[in-house]
Amino acid sequence: MSLITKFLSTLLHRREAGIAVMIVLLALVVGAIQPRFLTLETLRIIALAIPLILIAAMGQMMVLVARHVDLSIGSILAFSSIIAGIMFRDLPDVPIIISIVAAIACGGALGFANGVIVTLFRLPSIIVTLGTLSLYRGLVFLVSGARQVDPQYIPRSLIEMSQTSPIFGIPWIVILAFVIALLTYFFLDHVRLGRQIYALGSNPVAAPLRGIKVVPLTILVFTMSGALAGLTGIIYASRFGYVNPGITGVGFEFTVIAAVVIGGVSINGGVGTVLGTVLGVILLGMVNVALPLLGVSAFWQDVIYGAVIVIALLIDKSVRDRSARALAAARSAA
Amino acid sequence: MADAPLIAARGISKQFAGVEVLSDVDLDLMAGEIHALLGENGAGKSTFAKILAGVHRPTRGTLALNGQPVEVNNPTTAQRLGITLIHQEPISFPDMSVAENLVLGRTDSALLGRVPWAEMEQGAKDLMTQLGVRIDVTKPMRGLSIADQQMVEIARALASDSRLIIMDEPTAPLTPKEVDTLFKIARRLRDEGRTIIFISHRLEEVQALCDRATIFRDGALVDTVDVVDVTDEDIIKLMIGRPLRELIHKTGSEIGEVALEVSGLSQPGMFKNISFSVRKGEIVGLAGLVGAGRTDVARAIFGVAPAQSGTINVNGAPVTIAEPSDAIDLGLAFVPEDRAVAGIFKTLSVEHNITATVPGKIAPRGFISRGIEKALTAQSVKQLRIRLASVRQPIGELSGGNQQKAILARWLHTDPQILILDEPTRGIDIGVKAEFYDMIGKLAADGRAILLISSELPELLALCDRILVMAEGELTADLLRADATQETIMHAAVPKTGNHAQESAA
Amino acid sequence: MTMQTETAKPTRDSADARPMWQVVLVRPEVMTFALLVGAFIIASNLSPFFSDAQFILESSTYYVEYSIIALVLTLVIISGEIDLSPAAMMALSACVFAALYQAGLPIGLAMIASLATGVLMGLFNGILVVVFKLPSIIVTIGTLTLYRGLAQVLAGDRSIGKFPQWFNGIDYRLILDVPVPVIVFVIISVALAAILGTTVIGRQIYQVGTSEIASIHAGIRVRRIKLGLFVAMGVASSIGGLLTASRLASVRYDMATGGELQMVLMVMLGGTYIFGGRGSILGTFLASWLLVIIATGMTVANIAITAQLIVMGALLIISIIATNAIYARTQR
Repeated sequence: MSLITKFLSTLLHRREAGIAVMIVLLALVVGAIQPRFLTLETLRIIALAIPLILIAAMGQMMVLVARHVDLSIGSILAFSSIIAGIMFRDLPDVPIIISIVAAIACGGALGFANGVIVTLFRLPSIIVTLGTLSLYRGLVFLVSGARQVDPQYIPRSLIEMSQTSPIFGIPWIVILAFVIALLTYFFLDHVRLGRQIYALGSNPVAAPLRGIKVVPLTILVFTMSGALAGLTGIIYASRFGYVNPGITGVGFEFTVIAAVVIGGVSINGGVGTVLGTVLGVILLGMVNVALPLLGVSAFWQDVIYGAVIVIALLIDKSVRDRSARALAAARSAA
Repeated sequence: MADAPLIAARGISKQFAGVEVLSDVDLDLMAGEIHALLGENGAGKSTFAKILAGVHRPTRGTLALNGQPVEVNNPTTAQRLGITLIHQEPISFPDMSVAENLVLGRTDSALLGRVPWAEMEQGAKDLMTQLGVRIDVTKPMRGLSIADQQMVEIARALASDSRLIIMDEPTAPLTPKEVDTLFKIARRLRDEGRTIIFISHRLEEVQALCDRATIFRDGALVDTVDVVDVTDEDIIKLMIGRPLRELIHKTGSEIGEVALEVSGLSQPGMFKNISFSVRKGEIVGLAGLVGAGRTDVARAIFGVAPAQSGTINVNGAPVTIAEPSDAIDLGLAFVPEDRAVAGIFKTLSVEHNITATVPGKIAPRGFISRGIEKALTAQSVKQLRIRLASVRQPIGELSGGNQQKAILARWLHTDPQILILDEPTRGIDIGVKAEFYDMIGKLAADGRAILLISSELPELLALCDRILVMAEGELTADLLRADATQETIMHAAVPKTGNHAQESAA
Repeated sequence: MTMQTETAKPTRDSADARPMWQVVLVRPEVMTFALLVGAFIIASNLSPFFSDAQFILESSTYYVEYSIIALVLTLVIISGEIDLSPAAMMALSACVFAALYQAGLPIGLAMIASLATGVLMGLFNGILVVVFKLPSIIVTIGTLTLYRGLAQVLAGDRSIGKFPQWFNGIDYRLILDVPVPVIVFVIISVALAAILGTTVIGRQIYQVGTSEIASIHAGIRVRRIKLGLFVAMGVASSIGGLLTASRLASVRYDMATGGELQMVLMVMLGGTYIFGGRGSILGTFLASWLLVIIATGMTVANIAITAQLIVMGALLIISIIATNAIYARTQR
């Protein structure tokens, strides 16, 4: 018996180790072919690619752990981004921080709406958020009048967040992303409410029997995912210096889901760690940067995302099947 | 034993949708005793236990805890009152660690409070030490054996200082060694003054472990006895004591060639080395307790979940049955046990349900002929006397008996030569049951081979030419009708803890 | 493995049959039809164009590719599965077609290759669902990204065009005043309705969606049916991709981006039950026209195309809720 538990737990732990090894291997292989990959400049590019995915990935991870999916984060990102952009443009006297808070709150509100629809009508979250993906994108066009917020309106200080660094040349937004990851880690691993999310996803039927309030908890998870997508919208404005209703955040959900499932978060709920997700995001960021350096068209990106999602599903399934089989065998051999 | 009972149940009754499954049970449970609840499947013992644990609420009756009247409205209340029900396959959160599973649901700290990992794991370790079991509390539940999961549940009960621990057939999935460990712990808990309710089919275990035993039959409490004063025979008599119902078996069916023969059928974790045959015109019963593996064997033969090894012969020729359609082509039919899930298409019409097995008949040229479909359905309705408002109404609106008739009708249209009927009369009115017995007899008289799985011994004794008995995944008896009595069947069906198979039924 | 408590002893043998008017009227297709009539009346008041059947037919050519795929998607959803990848399959099969044609392959062969691509993509989805037993809803999210990515690899970010003149503009080709794609849609509708309503396969699709376990026990070859449906999705998507290529006279990797929403919307709006077992081709057929009128109506009423996204998203959610409510009422 202990052999099986040992095997399973090493496999679970190995997931993170495995991604770490892949990150190192990727760096070495790509570096060998294209030495430019192993320069500080490339490292900076990779580092800058990470925050956008990482912050939203923290939210998506919580949603997946709770056995749901949120497809609407790309549109939520755009909505928050456009709200902040419009406030920057039309209300230049309002302190930037107020606009940022407003943007995050908008993201939270849209996430809250997702959670309410999913729990109130007991609908599959994937279909609901497919609907709100469109609905929220429409709202983006509506509030913006389909007009882009041009670079000159984005506050310098916000753009500098992506360029300047308080320490060791690490840009502010990168630091922010890792702070968020740390906070998420603390919440999920050391706060009772965070553990309840795992319980909910691990066994939704038993959760209420152990006094877990499923409806508010689910709504909370979607709200957090929305708020984090909203924050990502701010980062987006900082990184790219403009907000476009038709471009910003389109297809973003697939990138994030791919990163999260590479990180070992199970689509079946209950499984996933912040460390794994962080590593998944880093790996994905590296691949994105490595492709053009290797002369591979960036068009391969989506192929990689899609393949990664399918492969992660297959791995997850085979791990589950194997553990079930091992248990049955152990039982009849005992 | 203390004077005032820990739990005093008075007049506990429970109805499900108008059917009384438990009536007027009075029972005192003493502090510091291990009390067995015994009875056949459906006797009411589990319902009673679930009422104590707050899973069900009694329709009538009162409960008192230490002399104080209490209402146990839900499992959380029960937990607070110190009553824990341990399911045979415990509810757990497989992805979370053992230690976390132990504390989940405790409400002694704030939602935003910190998880005291070190304390929690130490506490869990202490509990495991206290129980004398070696379980790594930092490992996820997923990898634990059922026995270890039960231990975690027991530890949970200890952590919340439960006074009454109810174990619902805990030993069925355990190996003998695991059973020993469980017993040791149960005795220790009793010696600490806790009360344990032990639900089991294994009389040897009851003899070995329990102080008192209460026997249920047909939803009523028959007797409470001191275990030392009675023998297994006494208990079995109390369990089956009802008079044999008057049932007419269609005799005179010619028993012919072997129609179905299985040999060495095995599926790890479920059943092992099953060999038997059924002849044309013969009704062979398959008896056994719930979980003995009878349904698994039936599912394997029919190709729903084919066995890992073993052979099946139909009419003397070896056959491969990889999926149910193969079985149907060979002239097999299977009325499954779980009618609601595996039998009916609840929201589809009676018509569509009845013709589901005969697509070729209703659509001779690829297109469904309404005329043929109507005729086939009408024929079934008449032949089996299915009572309904309209053949186009959803089958879910019919009573259980009429749904079952429709399922049987579905198979009669395939003109099967071998019928496997798994608990065909469960949840069906007495009157309709008699109709079913009639039909089964007629089917045999027509020269069909019938394998009848049933938990109702009188039913088997009245209908069958031969009765096979399974226990823990193995065939333990093959009784001719003349030799079969309720006692002989029960003896073969009750697992023997001492020498029971290496392989325990799941 | 707890003891079975005897299931309820019935007080009656069966519920009374529902009155005929209820059977006929309380069903989601009726809701769809009522909405269609309502939308038509409102639209006609907004603009005289709508009284002109020709205008509606022309407008419908922008959506009819989705409508065709939605018909097959209806069968998939009735069988208890879902496929979110058809828009990506459209794009990839169209890109295969265009790239092969550009590489010098005869156009007929390129079209066949496109259809074969559709078969392969559908087969891949089907195998992941049926053989590896993965949930279709998530699998097809993965393959939608994969197929769209492959389309991008194949076509880059350029448009591939310069097809022969006879290939382009199928939406302007009329038979009896009706654009060819619409005729294709109507023919497929009738064919699928016939299959669903009158053949054994159709019957079994409902049975599989109602209870997969009961279907297996009744000897229905569940896996074969589901695999077939996923392949049919691939083929339909490929046809949709070719029709779009002809209509636009060019192909880009981002063809039909977000189209899965519209297709799912048509099916849901047509009253097919998201959890399987219920639904009809008629419903999806009506919903397709409803969507044409809503979308065109909003355009005519000068509502920005972008605000239509809101309407589509909201409609999807509302239609699922409404359909669930209607089925809950009639289920008892």
